[in-house]
Amino acid sequence: MAPERADASLAHYCIRQTGRHLLLLVRSPGEIVNPLLFFLLVIILFPLGLGPDPEMLSALAPGIVWVVALLANVMLCMRLFADDFADGSLEQLAMANIPLAVAVLPQLLASWLASGFLLSLVSPLFGLMLGLPLSVAPILMASLLMGTLIMLLLGAVGAALTVGIQRGGMLLSLLILPLYVPVLIVGTRSLTEAVGGGDPAVALALLGAGVTGGLVLSPVAIAAGLRVSLEL
Amino acid sequence: MYFESIGEALLMGGHGGFVWSAYGITFAVLTIALIRPLVSTRSLNATIRLRSARQSNLSEGDS
Amino acid sequence: MWRIVHQFGSPPWVYRFCDRVIPWLLPLTVVALLVGSAWGLLFAPTDYKQGDSYRIIYIHVPASVVALAGYYVMASAGLVSLVWRVKLADTAMRAAAPIGAAYTAIALVTGAIWGKPTWGAWWVWDARITSMLILFFLYVGVMALFEAYENKTIAARACAILSLVGTVNIPIIYKSVDWWYSLHQPASIKFTGSSAIDTSMLYPLLGMIVTFYVLFALLMMLNIKQSLTQEYAHSAWLHKRLND
Repeated sequence: MAPERADASLAHYCIRQTGRHLLLLVRSPGEIVNPLLFFLLVIILFPLGLGPDPEMLSALAPGIVWVVALLANVMLCMRLFADDFADGSLEQLAMANIPLAVAVLPQLLASWLASGFLLSLVSPLFGLMLGLPLSVAPILMASLLMGTLIMLLLGAVGAALTVGIQRGGMLLSLLILPLYVPVLIVGTRSLTEAVGGGDPAVALALLGAGVTGGLVLSPVAIAAGLRVSLEL
Repeated sequence: MYFESIGEALLMGGHGGFVWSAYGITFAVLTIALIRPLVSTRSLNATIRLRSARQSNLSEGDS
Repeated sequence: MWRIVHQFGSPPWVYRFCDRVIPWLLPLTVVALLVGSAWGLLFAPTDYKQGDSYRIIYIHVPASVVALAGYYVMASAGLVSLVWRVKLADTAMRAAAPIGAAYTAIALVTGAIWGKPTWGAWWVWDARITSMLILFFLYVGVMALFEAYENKTIAARACAILSLVGTVNIPIIYKSVDWWYSLHQPASIKFTGSSAIDTSMLYPLLGMIVTFYVLFALLMMLNIKQSLTQEYAHSAWLHKRLND
């Protein structure tokens, strides 16, 4: 790639890479379906454990949905860079003349489209199962859309730092779960406000701020973490 | 002293168990944090001294 | 000015510095701790609302305050190590993590013991205690990440990145936990005595906070000296220093 064309082709590169990652995900549908099944299964466990009382379930639903989304996200992050690290394509990426912080964005975007994005699309269904009114479905979807993206951006930093470690899964959850606390609090808050007839705008605005901040800061940290793991 | 007697200070109006155990645990943790590097440094120093003494003995034997 | 900065990057200089400061700082800190505790335990007046169980705050508050400050000490060392690749900054960062974890553990345990007579429960989901618990996990995460890597130079870089990410997140975590707490808890549970505190109670508290800061510095020096001894076991300057 000629240096003067680098800037013009950066966007092109990102789109092409996102397509490539999405194609890889579509070719192994388990990667997409399994987190959704996990989400559904854990949601089923709560009524079985707590009892079927719809009133209690709907009171607990915001917390349940967010805790399960959080766990599904941790599971996603455990696999995030593993394959690319194992087959050496991550090393190629770090060697390329594109800033690594930009080069990882397609992978993150594709992973989010296949996980958080899909999850929030089907989340009203899970909300109904837990007794959330249909009227809060837009809030549920909006908060999950933003929240899953923030969690992926944070989790990817942990994933980048632990990708070179054998059996780093438990370590990864120890590293990133404390960082997820604000997302959990704000995300749950948006739902409880919506259910209680309050104004979820503050919580949603905070999530939006989180997305913006995360998009700016976390690629830098992810790139630095990957360089550490690749021992570059 | 604020308290009238030692016994009163130990009891602390019925909360003595809480107060003294909190201080006890704190001092135990802090003592471990203090002692651990001290002991470890001392044993490392002993190893280094032993090794350098052995090395100087070896070089004397050579000459 | 730059000479001082360079000296702090030189292991023999820092080793000698620790060696000189520790012998008088160690007894001083121990005495200060004992005097401060005695002051808080025996000489400060009783809180008329909480009774004598309030005396736990003379260790709980200093431990919490310095535990949070300690994270920033660790992260600053991490930043120096990442940007300037100063090896001693790695050592300092590694020295700070277990002390910070110990301080958070003390804050949590004393908070629980204080909570039992005050709130009637060993654990209350109070904003401060919850934040402290998260801080504890942030410290443990850094320590666990360091242990997980075989190559300790790389481990230090990974920990530096993690602690910097934590630094950005800590204010957000604290704010969000405060927000969560203010929305969920009834107003009846409050940390009394922190807003309008009498000077007879305030001075021992301030004294203990200063002492805990100094103790943190002392423990860091002890840990740094220990890791330098381990790292430079084969270097000439350390042999010379030990044989003098």
